[in-house]
Amino acid sequence: MHLRAFGAVIVRDLLLAFRHKSELVNSIAFFILVVSLFPLGVGADIALLRKIAPGVIWVAALLATFLSLDQLFRSDYEDGCLELILMSPHPVSLIVLAKIMAHWMLTGVPLTLIAPLLAGMYGLENSSIAVLMLTLLIGTPILSLIGAIAIALTVGLRKGGVMLALLILPFYVPVLIFATAAIDAQIAGFPVSGQINMLLALLALALTLSPWPTAVALKMSLS
Amino acid sequence: MIMKWLHKFSSPPYFYALSGKLIKWLSVLLVAFLAAGLYGGLVLAPADYQQGDSFRIIYVHVPAAWMSLFIYMVMAVSGTIALVWRIKLAEIVSVCSPPIGAGFTFLALVTGSIWGKPMWGTWWVWDARLTSELILLFLYLGLIGLYTAIEDKRTASRSVAILALVGVVNIPIIHYSVEWWNTLHQGPTVTKFDKPSIHIDMLIPLLNMAIAFKLYFAIALLMRSRNELLQREQNGRWVEEVLEGK
Amino acid sequence: MSQFLEMGGYAFYVWSAYGVSTLVLCYGLLRPYLDHKKTLREISLKRRQHKRDLND
Repeated sequence: MHLRAFGAVIVRDLLLAFRHKSELVNSIAFFILVVSLFPLGVGADIALLRKIAPGVIWVAALLATFLSLDQLFRSDYEDGCLELILMSPHPVSLIVLAKIMAHWMLTGVPLTLIAPLLAGMYGLENSSIAVLMLTLLIGTPILSLIGAIAIALTVGLRKGGVMLALLILPFYVPVLIFATAAIDAQIAGFPVSGQINMLLALLALALTLSPWPTAVALKMSLS
Repeated sequence: MIMKWLHKFSSPPYFYALSGKLIKWLSVLLVAFLAAGLYGGLVLAPADYQQGDSFRIIYVHVPAAWMSLFIYMVMAVSGTIALVWRIKLAEIVSVCSPPIGAGFTFLALVTGSIWGKPMWGTWWVWDARLTSELILLFLYLGLIGLYTAIEDKRTASRSVAILALVGVVNIPIIHYSVEWWNTLHQGPTVTKFDKPSIHIDMLIPLLNMAIAFKLYFAIALLMRSRNELLQREQNGRWVEEVLEGK
Repeated sequence: MSQFLEMGGYAFYVWSAYGVSTLVLCYGLLRPYLDHKKTLREISLKRRQHKRDLND
């Protein structure tokens, strides 16, 4: 019964997002924009671009995910759905996890799919691009999971903005470090399994530990 | 027995009166330890054979860096107590800590980069400790921002407690990843900075300063807590007595 | 004495580090001290107003 609710929430959120396409497109457009601004700033030297590509693409992915997070509970909060969800007989943390998964499918997955194109513009080899996609695939759900906690804490507030960045972005540091290190290691010809395993461990940790405080924070924000 | 005492201690009027006295006594201790630490550190301790007198910055830098983490732990522990047992005083302690912690983190950063200038030749090197302190400062600023943004102070303090707990899980991971990142992109000689050959005459002032900073934290925390308590309980009857006794 | 102040040529670094620390730490005590006074003033003002309202 709980599993059906889990699936239903995901389907509902995906359907809602496809009806309001602009929000879906915005964060992807932002991601592409930021990544393509860098060569204009640092010059088109392909050797330099190849060196900074992992960092630039990952920082842009962090920012794009961060910006899209605001939508995670916002519309449900405004039309009152959130309170109904909290009153449902299903565990709130499960519903929250479903909403986070839907959010990841709408941002993390498209980011991962569009990244090869941008990486190609930065002159990365195909084998490096594969590692980049792998890190994005493992890393972006962590970003959604961690960010959800802070979003739940601030859901009732009108002025999120810069404060929200301070709440969320410092927690993204480990993901950024291990993901870019994996790509750098691949480019330098070293094995990447260590860094990938670290990312997987972070994902496991975030998956198990993040829905619960998110649920507590949501209940608190709405009470 | 202890629970009974705790219960009594955490009643607002008792805490308010006792903390007033405590602040005075702790201040005397603070002056004593500060004087001993400063005299020992600036005068008695011999100059480091490698860094000369510049190593004396250690007596503010290292205790400040210790405090920045210690205060985070205090905040998280009292936050947990506040979430689980709903003790008002624990709530107040956990929300009064972040500004003091941010102050020490800022100090660790500034003194670290002042120390770095003669050692590395630049104000800022992406050294593991400085980078971790920078991220810690952002965490503190986020907590302060969250507390001021939420209007209902009880909800705000519970939000801060949740975020502090999330931070406790994350800080070791962040710290470890930054250190690992630092060894990966090894900058100019960092080792010189971390381990000045510690002589006993150098160590004693360091411990004195560490105790002095702990006392300072206790005093600042009590002062902030009294104020917060007064604001939250301004309609309580005991506040009347405080006002009359003034 | 002047040798002490010179700090073996590192005077600027050592004293600026200690100076900044003094400023920050003093501010950290001064601020709650002033806040506390302000709170006491505000509360007694509020109470007096409240009493006046009751008497009217």
